[in-house]
Amino acid sequence: MSSLSSSSVAARDIVALEGVTKRFPGIVANDSVDLSIRPGEVQVLLGENGAGKSTLIGMLSGLLQPDEGRILVDGKPTPITSPRHALALGIGTVFQHMMLVPTLTVAENLLLGGRWWQRPRTEELAARVAEITSTLGITVKLHAKVSELSLGEQQQVEILRAMVRKSRLLILDESTSMLTPKGIDELGALMRRLVEQGLAIVFITHKLKEAAAFGDRISVLKLGRKVGEIPPERFRALGEQAIISEIVELMFGKQSDDPEAVERPVRTVHAEAAPLLQVADLAVAPTDNAPGLSSISFDIRPGEILGIAGIDGNGQKQLAEALAGQRAATGGSVRLEGVAIEALSVGERRRRGLRYLTDDRLGEGTVGTFPVSINFFLKQVGAAPFWRNGVEQRAEIDKRATQLVREYDVRTPSLKTPVARLSGGNIQKVLLARELAEGAKMVIFNKPTYGLDLANTLASRQRIRDTAARGLAVLLISTDLEELLSMCDRIAVIANGALVGTVENVDDARTKVGRLMIGLAA
Amino acid sequence: MTGLFSAVFLSALLFGAVTAAIPLLLAGLGEQMSEKAGVLNIGIEGMLLAGAYLGFVGAFYSGSLWLGFVTGAAGGAAVALIMALLCVRIGLNQIVIGIALTLGLEGLTALLHHFQFSRSYPRLPAADATVIPLLSDIPVIGPAFFKHHLIVYLAVALVFGMGYLYRRTQLGLNLQAAGDKPAALDVAGIDVIKTRTIAVLTTGALAGLGGAYLANVGAGLFIPFITNGAGFLGIVLAMLARGRPVWVLFGALLFGVCLSLTTAMQVAGINIPTDVIQMLPFLAVMIMLVLFGRRASLPAALGIPYERGAR
Repeated sequence: MSSLSSSSVAARDIVALEGVTKRFPGIVANDSVDLSIRPGEVQVLLGENGAGKSTLIGMLSGLLQPDEGRILVDGKPTPITSPRHALALGIGTVFQHMMLVPTLTVAENLLLGGRWWQRPRTEELAARVAEITSTLGITVKLHAKVSELSLGEQQQVEILRAMVRKSRLLILDESTSMLTPKGIDELGALMRRLVEQGLAIVFITHKLKEAAAFGDRISVLKLGRKVGEIPPERFRALGEQAIISEIVELMFGKQSDDPEAVERPVRTVHAEAAPLLQVADLAVAPTDNAPGLSSISFDIRPGEILGIAGIDGNGQKQLAEALAGQRAATGGSVRLEGVAIEALSVGERRRRGLRYLTDDRLGEGTVGTFPVSINFFLKQVGAAPFWRNGVEQRAEIDKRATQLVREYDVRTPSLKTPVARLSGGNIQKVLLARELAEGAKMVIFNKPTYGLDLANTLASRQRIRDTAARGLAVLLISTDLEELLSMCDRIAVIANGALVGTVENVDDARTKVGRLMIGLAA
Repeated sequence: MTGLFSAVFLSALLFGAVTAAIPLLLAGLGEQMSEKAGVLNIGIEGMLLAGAYLGFVGAFYSGSLWLGFVTGAAGGAAVALIMALLCVRIGLNQIVIGIALTLGLEGLTALLHHFQFSRSYPRLPAADATVIPLLSDIPVIGPAFFKHHLIVYLAVALVFGMGYLYRRTQLGLNLQAAGDKPAALDVAGIDVIKTRTIAVLTTGALAGLGGAYLANVGAGLFIPFITNGAGFLGIVLAMLARGRPVWVLFGALLFGVCLSLTTAMQVAGINIPTDVIQMLPFLAVMIMLVLFGRRASLPAALGIPYERGAR
């Protein structure tokens, strides 16, 4: 697994974090994290979405400042004040999102950052690049426009840029997320050559296999806290299976002090009941910025909650939109109560009882400047009794809106308040009221508690459980595994637009889903 | 109709075209630099006016045309400084601030002029032309292009200077990165705010210089609202030129021809209502936009204030 170079010398830390804490409004992104980064070693930061990996990188690269704790460079406490300062300290970062100017050539991108009065030193650069690329065994087209390169090539350019700047520490943030399997292997080999040259690498990923294959030392982050570390000695001593099971336990193991932990009440789903929603071989074509879907099949029975787990951006939104009719499917069938609905419009699907609670609450869910009352009926505009002959029936609307506000406990100053002025939790309640109101048979929840505070999160979850208890079929899409485990009857895992497995939510579901999420067989 | 094609008419037309084109050229080059760096500078009309007013005042009281150019450029840069503070540093909406600056400067310059000169419009002495030997002897073209004030030749030279700046220098790279992907520039260790501020201030100075030329050389006097939309034409030029200074020059000359037709036709004694002819440049804008507007590609981050680590 790990190379010989990793621990041959008692290497001193190039960079160390001590008790680093970073808060954003409403969340603690990093909670007193310690980390030591050594030359000749690939330090893997492993964690799910929202574990605080990107925030940590932001602080190391000078984009963010820690609220507490300190960063030591070469043993000396050193606040990293700006990206320029980070570069001067020898910290080079390859960000998750490409940081190259697409309209400039590779050479020009590499030259960015010189003093403005200097002439770009093209010849000097070409010589230096040739020297670096030959030792690393990569080729780079210096005079190609960046927009013409593949993502893998762009990434090599970014790594090269860090090398040209004489970085001692290279940070790779989710660098494999956009690469092909071959590209990932190449990156792994490249990292190995770099650490052999004495570089320190911090490699951020959420894929366990990559961590085990490329790392020397693994630190696991969870909800902003560092929950465990496997040093190189232990890494070599343990077998791959032992390491993997240890990490799975660290990443997905239950925490004792989790305030959201709720025992899942045992509910009885009638296994013999006919499925309310049947999806077979659903496919959606990929677009420039979103993966497609391929052969998605599942059934949901009345009263059942099916969870969709997975890393964000693996086709969750596409799935929800394809079911709701907002995105054209290229194949497959969707049946609601046995009737094919895949050719029906959004409105017709809604009338038949299929409801979709979007995760984009203000963007597509509500019209922010409209009053709360109108937002309850956005999807019924023009329909009696709220509209008659095209004229708004204010009294009818207000009467029903008052009921809904009470029923769903929407905290709003008045019915006339623009919905955008409400808190996220109350906007979500408006959406819940609208979608769960009369006639709903099957409801899709896309990240229903994303960005909500604890009280609203718990309230939303209870609302979803009640929905299922009423005999509706529920599809719950979430990136929060705890949430799925506390609510679902079954959990399917989506990766790259396909369902890679479905797990009954009993006993060891946590581990099984966790394994599926990080690309292992359940 | 013989008058239309006489050498005198053509010479006058082209001479006037160059004179009218210079403010457009300087405004267009300035706007181009702002836009390259990601700042949509709608306040440029105000910068042009500030330059025209202060340029005139400087030249009027000092008697030196060159000092007028300096005060004009300083005036434009001063307005640009407000724009840079509000839009680049604080990150306010560039369109709203730009319009406010333009309207504000229209009122302010008219007011100040009224206080100083009441309803009189004093003239400056005619500007000295720098006659280029030999070239100026060519019929029609010579008197049209080679008997202008020195600043005209400098402005044309600036076109090529800008081209060099964008293609060959570090600052050019930084400017383009600031407009296309500011985050990339930031992590490369260059201050995006500073880069954009440099661009906006340069824009102001260039526009101010253009305004000073318009008042001091083109018209020889200052009247309120003298720029009459030249700054907005500069914005159109910058958008159509797609980052290439030479195209700004061509566009400015084309618009200049349209503008100068008004006077030239009067010289030739052709009787078309001036209102119709004064529409020409704007008609030309619309035609140009229909023909080339669709291919205009603007920087990706144009108009978006940059905030580090925004999430």
